[in-house]
Amino acid sequence: MPLAKTGGPGGWPAGLIRSGALLALLIAWQLVALRVDDPLLPAPTAVLASLFHHLTTGELLHHLGVTLLRVAASFVIAMLVGVAVGVWMGRSQLANNLLDSLLVLMLNLPALVTAILCFIWIGLNETAAVLAVALNKIPTVITNIREGARALDQQLLQVGEVYRVPRRTVLRRIVLPQLYPYIMASARSGLALIWKIVLVIELLGRSDGIGFQLGTYFQFFDLTSILAYTTAFAAVVFVIEALLLRPLDRKLNGWRS
Amino acid sequence: MSALTVAIRAKRHAGAAADTLGALQFTAASGDFVAIVGPSGAGKTTLLKIIAGLDPAFDGAVSVGRSTRVGYVFQEPRLLPWLNVADNLRLVQPELSDAAIDAGLARVGLPGTACQLPLRLSGGMQRRVALLRAFLIKPELLLLDEPFISLDAPTADSLYDVLAALRADVMPTTLLVTHDLREALALADRVLFVSRGPARLILDHQVALPRPRRRDDEAVTHAHHELMSQHPELLGGLAAAGSHPEAV
Repeated sequence: MPLAKTGGPGGWPAGLIRSGALLALLIAWQLVALRVDDPLLPAPTAVLASLFHHLTTGELLHHLGVTLLRVAASFVIAMLVGVAVGVWMGRSQLANNLLDSLLVLMLNLPALVTAILCFIWIGLNETAAVLAVALNKIPTVITNIREGARALDQQLLQVGEVYRVPRRTVLRRIVLPQLYPYIMASARSGLALIWKIVLVIELLGRSDGIGFQLGTYFQFFDLTSILAYTTAFAAVVFVIEALLLRPLDRKLNGWRS
Repeated sequence: MSALTVAIRAKRHAGAAADTLGALQFTAASGDFVAIVGPSGAGKTTLLKIIAGLDPAFDGAVSVGRSTRVGYVFQEPRLLPWLNVADNLRLVQPELSDAAIDAGLARVGLPGTACQLPLRLSGGMQRRVALLRAFLIKPELLLLDEPFISLDAPTADSLYDVLAALRADVMPTTLLVTHDLREALALADRVLFVSRGPARLILDHQVALPRPRRRDDEAVTHAHHELMSQHPELLGGLAAAGSHPEAV
């Protein structure tokens, strides 16, 4: 009999299938690595050992912390600016006409270009790094939120208008709840994008952080350390998704069930 | 001086080929209950939106200012689905105490529902909340846009009672829009008939029946028959109108 949720035609629990697939991948990797026996394809056990080594020497945690701070700072900036401008462009035809071309330009500007420009104009410092990351994320947040702002329920806005509900309350009680699905979608895809860009920018113009470390190990062709850092990084992403984003999503969208 | 003066010359929606409203002029005394009856699609909802200030693009004038407290019960309950009943009511009246909310809900026959989400309530219950919401601001002008549409007769009658009880406290000048002549006769002091679009005023009828009235009262039925036989030309459109959904 199926234990809980069934995931497939065989009646297997979905969780078992997921972890089984991951385990099978790891075993296959281990077997191939043992057979090839080449430092350019380290086995999962070697990566784990390396991860443990970097953790105990303390430098991995330091670089991970620095990177996380940059991610957090640029994420917050990108979401705040993106939501504000997105709502404005979605509600005002004038704002949309003013900013649309700039938005298209920013959406298509390569991350590398923004990064180089920021580092050259602002300097090789923290401000430039965080700004470069945020600038890459802001346009996608704006695009998402603008869609949401355009789809706002006119009938509910009329309730606010007839009953002379103050602007702040309208924003907090009527507008924002309708934007939560769009904000959550932006936050999810936003974190994914920011992780990727932060590392490139650290590689380019910082002397700490995971990106800088990966660059260093790349120069030594130390693939084991690179994979160890990647593993630590992936673990953090999973934790943030499970402990932060999913519960938040449930809380904000609870009324739908 | 009258509490409400409506003097509309014409209203045409942007991009439309014809006017939605023609010349529409009437006044209502303070505390009056006026019903506006006309066929579906005659532009009655448009008229209420203009009076409420939701649609400023029309030719004419309406004596409702930014400072007038307007209670508006829409065709749909229009409660915010993510706020519970109490928070929906606090949206229009933030200082309400828990006790005041419970008392209000009890008056409209919904005791103990303060913490419910609107989607858990039936359509009829949501309308009661919407009705209560309109009265919580102590309206000077109350606009009712077919709020009792598609309810069965006993439910409608019980909501008429709720409406009468709530009105007795505040006595707002009330404008009810409906295509249901029985409903208009059961509720209003005065019935204004409007034509098919572009809507014009075609008859101003005083209702002098004793209260309380019910939809199926003998007196209401009699008044209904009398109007129908006296003015077959202007009410001809009404007979068929009941079966059509109201166009916005």
